[in-house]
Amino acid sequence: MIGMKQMVAVSVIAIVAATGVAKAEEPLKAEVIHWWTSGGESAAIKVFADAFNAAGGEWMDNAVAGGSAARSAAINRIVGGDPSTAALFNTSRQYHEIIGEGLLNDIDEVATKNNWDKVLPEPIAKAVKVDGKYYAAPVNIHMPLWIWYSSAALSKAGVEKPPETMDEFFAALDKLKAAGITPLALGGQRWQENSLFSAVLTNVGGGELWKSVYGDKDEAAIRSPEFRKVIETFISLKPYVDQASPGRNWNDTTALLIKDEAGFQVMGDWAKGEFKQANKEIGKDYGCIPGLRPDSPYVLGGDVFVFPKTDDAEQVKAQHLLVETMTSPDVQVKFNNLKGSIPIRADVDMSNLDACAQLGMKIMSDPARQAPDASQMMEESVYGSVQDIVTELWNTPMTVDQAVERFEKALKG
Amino acid sequence: MGAELSRHVKRNLVAYIALLPMAIVVIFAYLGTMAWSVRLSFSSSKLLPRYDFVGADQYLTLFDTPRWLTSLGNLAVIAFFFLLICFLLGTLLAIFIDQNVRAESLFRTVFLYPYAMSFVVAGLIWQWVLNPDLGIQHTMHGFGFTDFVLDWVVNSEMVLYAVILATVWHGAGLVMALILAGLRGVDTEIWRATRIDGIPAWRVYVSIVLPMLRPMIITSLVLLSISIVKMYDVVVAMTNGGPGTASEVPAKFIMDNLFERANIGLATAASTVMLVTVLLVMAPVIYSQYFRKSGRAS
Repeated sequence: MIGMKQMVAVSVIAIVAATGVAKAEEPLKAEVIHWWTSGGESAAIKVFADAFNAAGGEWMDNAVAGGSAARSAAINRIVGGDPSTAALFNTSRQYHEIIGEGLLNDIDEVATKNNWDKVLPEPIAKAVKVDGKYYAAPVNIHMPLWIWYSSAALSKAGVEKPPETMDEFFAALDKLKAAGITPLALGGQRWQENSLFSAVLTNVGGGELWKSVYGDKDEAAIRSPEFRKVIETFISLKPYVDQASPGRNWNDTTALLIKDEAGFQVMGDWAKGEFKQANKEIGKDYGCIPGLRPDSPYVLGGDVFVFPKTDDAEQVKAQHLLVETMTSPDVQVKFNNLKGSIPIRADVDMSNLDACAQLGMKIMSDPARQAPDASQMMEESVYGSVQDIVTELWNTPMTVDQAVERFEKALKG
Repeated sequence: MGAELSRHVKRNLVAYIALLPMAIVVIFAYLGTMAWSVRLSFSSSKLLPRYDFVGADQYLTLFDTPRWLTSLGNLAVIAFFFLLICFLLGTLLAIFIDQNVRAESLFRTVFLYPYAMSFVVAGLIWQWVLNPDLGIQHTMHGFGFTDFVLDWVVNSEMVLYAVILATVWHGAGLVMALILAGLRGVDTEIWRATRIDGIPAWRVYVSIVLPMLRPMIITSLVLLSISIVKMYDVVVAMTNGGPGTASEVPAKFIMDNLFERANIGLATAASTVMLVTVLLVMAPVIYSQYFRKSGRAS
């Protein structure tokens, strides 16, 4: 007969063994705050969740509707001392202040292992690297300034081929107007008006002016005739926009192109999702123009995940696993196809990407054409003032002189 | 005096204890956060609160920001027309309903119904109605009146009046309900007496009845004023401040700077300005409503 002592000992060993095994198999839990709630977006983030779960993690989804609401939630939790494992931000300066306060974990270990210095385009690397350390994992690249067109609308107006220069663009606008089609579809909301202005700045002024005005905030560049020309061109687009533009959402605006009621729209590559949902084909029903000059800059926006400070070794492990899976080449391709953006690295299989994304990847591979998004070059409050000027410039009879003066004050002040 | 006070406290001890939790909430959660906001308005806070001291810098920046000045101007226009129209319309509706009309309860419900909706819904409804692509203009064009123009929400010069229209539609019913309640409280003897004296009805309203309704009038004005100061949701739903900055309001400026532009210092400076403005406007009203009356009673 087995004595009582042995029995206790055996069961203790059994329990210890059981918990030991359980501990080893316990998945790495990661709570992720993000704002990707629309159909295409949630399908895209599910790619991350599945990949992370397959790699031995447990994805805990915390979706908050609306970008600024999600970011506020993440920041409140960080400041309150109960941060999530990861949180979504835009590739911008939104998270630089929390890095400065020491509230984020760096992910240099994973970045070095995966050779990010080589893999990432320079503007993106710059946006996520602070004081020589990587603090955020970029997951996609959105180019916010594509020019979309409806093939049927263009051919109805007698525009034979999509414009390649600013002059051809204006000629096409005139023809569309004469044919009774809304030439330029614009949603009159601050950020959309700002996208249009940015497109004019990059396509009329070029990449150098873009960087010297928004990046260096160079007084001479702001006062230069080139920048004045940008403002004048922007103003001269006003008569090509329909009357119902103010306040219209971007997707309702894209719908005008889908219904062939409008010719062009300046919008990020996420507009592709709308066309795809309406069963429209690239090249046949609609098309994308990356820029209106041979050296037009390819503006690199997008999204990143940041990883709040924690000393919990398990959480740090989960954070590193998140970075690994989200930036791995095949997950990148799958995710970006659903998101409408392009992968953050050029070393991926491009055959699965659509025509516009392939065109984007090709342009982006030329470092001379890479340009940072405006939000990466200035603080949010400064960028906000810039957008206020743009929307006033569009909606009030502001003169070029007044605009130059206000740009100078907002950027320098 | 001291003895009287302590006797007063003793007699109402239970009431004071019952009020204590509320008082704590008000003092810490309400006044405390207010004081904190004012403190932050003197700091250089951006995304996160900072506790340095930069003097009146944020206030100087604030009053050098065209969008803030536009917002203040817009609020003044909205406040003036909204108060005036809402009050007059609400009072008139109440007086009409008070004429023993048929189906009175139907009218009462219809007029008060908008108030039961949130400002967001009210804003959205009017956005659709006034939108040239969807609303009245579109319908009229469909009927063949292609010259018909009703483009208030997309017209920089008229957009403020579109907002006023929506808010009046929303708020007039409340004034009506309050004034109507007051009218029902007026002694019928007064009406009988004025009828014997042959005084015209409008004169009775202006000179006798309305002055009797002073508490109702002040209550409705206070309620309307509060909804003016916090006017945010209706603008966001209807125009989002556009076209351009034509319908921006201070509350939206504060929210944008607080949550989207990572500019806590400027946002708290703006909210402090609003707080001071409200105190300046409300102080005389509150004084006349409460303190003078209690002074007379004792």
